[in-house]
Amino acid sequence: MALTATRRGERLLAWGLLLPCLAAVCAFAFWPIVYSFVLSLHRIVLGLPGLGEPFIGLGNYARLLADPTARSSAAVTLVFVAVSTLLEVALGTLMALALDKSFRGRGLVRAAVLVPWAIPTVVASQMWRFILNDRYGLLNWLLFGDQVASYRAWLAEPGWALAAIISADVWKTSAFAALIVLAGLQTIPREINEAAALDGAGPWQRFRHLTLPLVLPALAVALVFRTMDAFRVFDLVFVMTQGGPANATNVLQFYGYKKMFAEGFMGYGSAVSVMVFVMVLAVSLLYLRLVGRRLLRGEER
Amino acid sequence: MRRGHLIAALAAGGFCLLALAPFAWLVLTSFKTQLEVTAIPPTPWPGGSLEFYRSALSRYGLMHFVLNSLIVAGGTTACTLCLGVGAAYALARLRMPGRPWLMGALLLVSMFPQISLAGPIWRMLQAAGWLNTYQGLIIPYVTLTLPLAVWILTSYFSELPRELEEAAMLDGCGRLGALVRVILPLAGPGVFTAAILVFIYAWNEFFFALLIMTRRAVQTLPVGIALFQGQFTMPWGEIAAASTVATAPLVALVFIFQRRIVSGLSAGAVKG
Repeated sequence: MALTATRRGERLLAWGLLLPCLAAVCAFAFWPIVYSFVLSLHRIVLGLPGLGEPFIGLGNYARLLADPTARSSAAVTLVFVAVSTLLEVALGTLMALALDKSFRGRGLVRAAVLVPWAIPTVVASQMWRFILNDRYGLLNWLLFGDQVASYRAWLAEPGWALAAIISADVWKTSAFAALIVLAGLQTIPREINEAAALDGAGPWQRFRHLTLPLVLPALAVALVFRTMDAFRVFDLVFVMTQGGPANATNVLQFYGYKKMFAEGFMGYGSAVSVMVFVMVLAVSLLYLRLVGRRLLRGEER
Repeated sequence: MRRGHLIAALAAGGFCLLALAPFAWLVLTSFKTQLEVTAIPPTPWPGGSLEFYRSALSRYGLMHFVLNSLIVAGGTTACTLCLGVGAAYALARLRMPGRPWLMGALLLVSMFPQISLAGPIWRMLQAAGWLNTYQGLIIPYVTLTLPLAVWILTSYFSELPRELEEAAMLDGCGRLGALVRVILPLAGPGVFTAAILVFIYAWNEFFFALLIMTRRAVQTLPVGIALFQGQFTMPWGEIAAASTVATAPLVALVFIFQRRIVSGLSAGAVKG
């Protein structure tokens, strides 16, 4: 009898402790997702409250399908996500392999490669914008020296601008991927590698047949986290290019922001935001199918 | 084996250079003079002038951005930890039905694109009259940092032996008493790690700050730095100075607490 009473008390306490956290997450994360879908079914113009907020069904979505900027924006986003994520995980793996070995000053090195991750993205954006500047920039000087006539305005050329945004993102976030892979590497017992080396396996063979398969779950986690984060790219675009030139860097999160808050089309912008959400959902379901079982098994532990 | 270590050390040195050099250039720029910044080709080494710091402070109001950032990031850290410690303790220790579902739901939240939350949150804050207020920005920050904090704290709490609380409860502590007097002090490092990561997130966040803080008086550092405008030219020197001020505390945190940050980030990611 006393036992069940403590059980019940414990359960009550558990819900009491969880409730504030769940309430916050429901009110300001789950509800907004639903609410933004509701908003997307209305015509809402912030500057013209006199128009009211009429229900227009899927009208915003019809416009979205016919909007060439939205289409190119979706394409730019997918290119950005795919290229930056792959580069970050690849580079992160190399970093992790280097940091896994023991050498003097390893702690300092780890801290140093973490610096880009810790820098505010706005600061990193301004930094790259200045380095890529057409007149005072470091890059032009390193490439062309005193030949001022060859200096280029990197952020004014569509291809280079997108490359610049991707590079800045890779610079900033590869260390995060590296940390996750490194944590995976450190769960591999050293003896396995040493035994293989004694059996005459070369470094590449050991990496390919031992390390890589064992670290694959960590790689998958890094890939998932980086992909989801790449869909959210905003600060770099806002500061470095404002979506230009010619929409070459106009990623969806920036386009949605512009529609909603700069131009005041709250309803249409919400349709864009729902599209972003659906894309992220689709990609995460895809990942779940590919690697999910491993991750879920870890979670139940 | 030895050659492998040498190659690793060289590669690590290369990565360090790539990571630090661009930022070092920005710091160098902040100590130049206007003439040195706009020289073509650039002057690599500054004469060591504080001109830009002075002008960032006096003309661009750097200190009030710093103050706003401290208030918002500090407030977020305090609120997130208060809510997160309770939730994590419940998830780690008390028998909860549907625990994997709750952890999964939290993980899901950390993957939501901000743009999908932006419109509704903006309207809710507008209705409450909380646009351009500190609490208006702290609320979304707390929501978005809770998943990370709860994941880290849950993994730290799970590692502490149950016998500790049982002993405390036999000695007459209630569950809550055991949490506050026994578990929290022992999980101190975990709480501290979560605090650092939440603080860094809130200090750096730009998207919601841009939407919610439209009045200069309440804007945080990232918004200030993104919107720095000169009258005729880009104030690169002042931007560099403000950026250095915004980043210096973070670089210090990283070098002092590297081990904690690494373990916190991988607790949040890999153990999931």
